[in-house]
Amino acid sequence: MGDDLAEGIRQICAACGNDRTRMMDIVRQVQARYGCVSSRAMDLIAAAVSTHRVEVESVVSFYAFLSTRPKGRVIIRVCDDIIDRMRGGERVAKAFSDALGIGFGQTTPDGLITLERTACIGMSDQAPAALINDVPVTELSSDAAWEIARKLKAGTPPDKLVQRIGDGQNAHPLVQSMVVNNLRLAGPVVFAPLETGAALRKALAMSPQEVIRDVKTARLRGRGGAGFPTGMKWDFARAAEGPRKYVVCNADEGEPGTFKDRVILTECPDLVFEGMTIAGYAIGSDTGILYLRAEYAYLRAYLEDVLERRRKHGLLGRDLGGRERFSFDIRIQMGAGAYVCGEETSLLSSCEGLRGDPKNRPPFPAQKGLLGCPTTVNNVETYCCVARILDQGPGWFAQLGSKGSPGTKVLSVSGDCRRPGVYEVPFGVKLAEVLQMVGGQEAQAVQVGGPSGQMVGPPEFQRTICYDDLATGGSIMVFGPGRDLLEVVDAFMEFFIDESCGYCTPCRVGNVLLRGQLRKIIQGRGEPADLENLQSLGTAVKAASRCGLGQTSPNPVLSSLKNFRSLYETRVRENPDGLQPTFDIRAALGEAERITGRKSAVFAQ
Amino acid sequence: MSSTVTLTIDGVEIQAQPGQTILKAAEAAGVYIPRLCAHPDLTPHGSCRVCTVFVNGRPQSACTQPVAEGMVVENASERVTDLRRQIIEMLFVEGNHFCMFCEKSGHCELQALAYRLGITAPRFPYQFPARDVDASHPDILIDRNRCILCGRCVRASRELDGKNVFGFVGRGPHKRVAVNAEARLADTDATAGDRAMDVCPVGAILRKRSGYTVPVGQRPYDRRPIGAEIESARKPGA
Ligand SMILES: Cc1cc2nc3c(=O)[nH]c(=O)nc-3n(C[C@H](O)[C@H](O)[C@H](O)COP(=O)(O)O)c2cc1C
Ligand code: SF4
Ligand code: FES
Ligand code: FES
Repeated sequence: MGDDLAEGIRQICAACGNDRTRMMDIVRQVQARYGCVSSRAMDLIAAAVSTHRVEVESVVSFYAFLSTRPKGRVIIRVCDDIIDRMRGGERVAKAFSDALGIGFGQTTPDGLITLERTACIGMSDQAPAALINDVPVTELSSDAAWEIARKLKAGTPPDKLVQRIGDGQNAHPLVQSMVVNNLRLAGPVVFAPLETGAALRKALAMSPQEVIRDVKTARLRGRGGAGFPTGMKWDFARAAEGPRKYVVCNADEGEPGTFKDRVILTECPDLVFEGMTIAGYAIGSDTGILYLRAEYAYLRAYLEDVLERRRKHGLLGRDLGGRERFSFDIRIQMGAGAYVCGEETSLLSSCEGLRGDPKNRPPFPAQKGLLGCPTTVNNVETYCCVARILDQGPGWFAQLGSKGSPGTKVLSVSGDCRRPGVYEVPFGVKLAEVLQMVGGQEAQAVQVGGPSGQMVGPPEFQRTICYDDLATGGSIMVFGPGRDLLEVVDAFMEFFIDESCGYCTPCRVGNVLLRGQLRKIIQGRGEPADLENLQSLGTAVKAASRCGLGQTSPNPVLSSLKNFRSLYETRVRENPDGLQPTFDIRAALGEAERITGRKSAVFAQ
Repeated sequence: MSSTVTLTIDGVEIQAQPGQTILKAAEAAGVYIPRLCAHPDLTPHGSCRVCTVFVNGRPQSACTQPVAEGMVVENASERVTDLRRQIIEMLFVEGNHFCMFCEKSGHCELQALAYRLGITAPRFPYQFPARDVDASHPDILIDRNRCILCGRCVRASRELDGKNVFGFVGRGPHKRVAVNAEARLADTDATAGDRAMDVCPVGAILRKRSGYTVPVGQRPYDRRPIGAEIESARKPGA
């Protein structure tokens, strides 16, 4: 066995060119083959790629889908998102646990199955959902969980668990997934048909500068959340000096409640790759990278196939379009379970084979990105917009949507509504109109932009979805009248704690403290002064954190404090005896009482 | 074009070299910006966030942000100071710090900053984490109870010693400093002569048999507050 490990790792590392920047590929393969990246495996990898063991450990210990301790051959990851919980996810989780006779974080004694919880896997429209290794299973019930557990115990391979097949390309032979698209409104930019190669041909007939000018004229802004003007980013990357340049597509889609990139990659991957190729031409890059979140590994073979077809058709590869010498190819880089890797500089760290820690800025990726080279990082949907702009012209694009936010936005809607799914709407649409469309008019609250966005109530429903009002990377979560919104806020804070990279103090520590204060209030132990404490701590975490994760992580607390203040006010009270209500003398004495085996005579009750 | 950059810190104009960080430029002008992860001999890390200043109204870490012409930096205002207090307090409650019997007391930058910023007790509840101590090495002690994850040891080992004794593992609240071995410092190539053993701002990495040699009252931060050495170099008239 030991030598099998040594030989196996030698092969895996050699196949990756013994290149330490490909550490993600190496450790993912070792994990898949051996069920963990053990201490010995880390030593072997370090030796093979000439790095230090602690460097390998720093990577393995960072990503949720990697582990140093052995896991089962099958890993069940039950989605623990708030939407899943609302749809009965807890019952499903309990059913898995009962059926397998193990708790979460445990492995069956025969080493076959491990049970875990995981953050949103991008299936909120068909929750409750889980991943069985790479295979998503959706719309689960406790019966379904028992059935899956039974089959797995009997040795059924995960891909044979899929019985009904989803719509569209989910039925493609290389996908064969039960996932459904729930594409309920196709708009003119992303989900309209486009002849493959048409946009690229038009781009290659222009100069790179003209391509960038068109993207600027269309006033395209990034669809991933931050809304930076795409043309300007490309100008910087084009102007920056470097031995080579990179075009990166951010398909990490980890913001809970966001699943639109999943549907885009399923139904229009050509549009995405065409946009990336156009970007390569515009900034002078020959290499594109699609960073695909580990949760979407089930799409990988299909996407590789699309890339292969584009190579065959001369849409990727050497000397594209003939006229100018332009070569471009795209590879897929898999993630390994880390929301923060959606942050563009963390994503680049990950692509370099490192922990997903964000980088210090400046320099910005457009100046010095992947391996120090100028890099443009854009969202999946942004590249779709680029291809459409080149095909239809910037004027056509700019007249869609609203003045400050041209074009359309693909929303992914989940929660308490009758028609959850994906909607491509023009920017400037009112939130109330969206609720009407999705059948969620009774909402008491809507979370716009995911946990890092804002929680708004009915007085805000007349506001519009656009960059200058309610901005969103796509996530719209609807909460009906019966929901306890503070539990929602609590779940979001738990998410940020789990997903913080831990690099900077305010995010690493502040979010834990913020959640502690919140729980105190939820449990009825809060005082009025605690509302001010929440506000000041939340404000500090936002101001002092190093990257976008920490800079937005207090938003669930701060936006609910602002828009739903009475929920907090009704749960706090002045403490009549003037003592700190957080201090529980009985609990404080508990451990000493256990050890000594007697009760305090003074503080008896 | 002059080859210097002019900016203001709390309303006072200073000159800086292009490319300098705000922290370094301030220091050269005799203005102290509190910091923990920054160290003069190491590349900036930008992790503790104690050096946060407002630049043209927006928060930035002074140890990583380069100066620019006309920048307006807010350093000593009440809102910045309170932000820093909160960060220092977070570090205190995140670990297990018992300054009164810690070897590093009086030499500790965390403790000294708490004094300088007027923190008497943290406003946040102590987390009392379970952390481990590694006393395996004959000459060096690691007490992770006191570690503030500033990464100075990690960088010093790489940048100054040409080794790789330390590294970060884990994520979020579980992040910690590990050594380049299965578990024990004794199994690495660390030696007491490494610069990495000099740079810890707190009492998390100590040389054995060297504690309590300076009497209370004569320890560096008994004599003057942290940052005073920078401020005493303030140019007259600045
Ligand atoms: C914690 C965090 C997670 C993020 N996740 C994503 C993501 O999953 N997809 C994405 O496109 N952008 C994400 N972003 C935004 C990226 O940093 C970056 O702004 C974006 O990819 C740029 O592309 P765009 O300009 O086309 O939107 C995230 C940002 C943060 C701070
Ligand atoms: S805010 Fe800080 S700790 Fe949080 S993810 Fe960003 S760098 Fe990491
Ligand atoms: S000194 Fe600047 S972030 Fe630590
Ligand atoms: S006094 Fe011991 S770590 Fe600061």
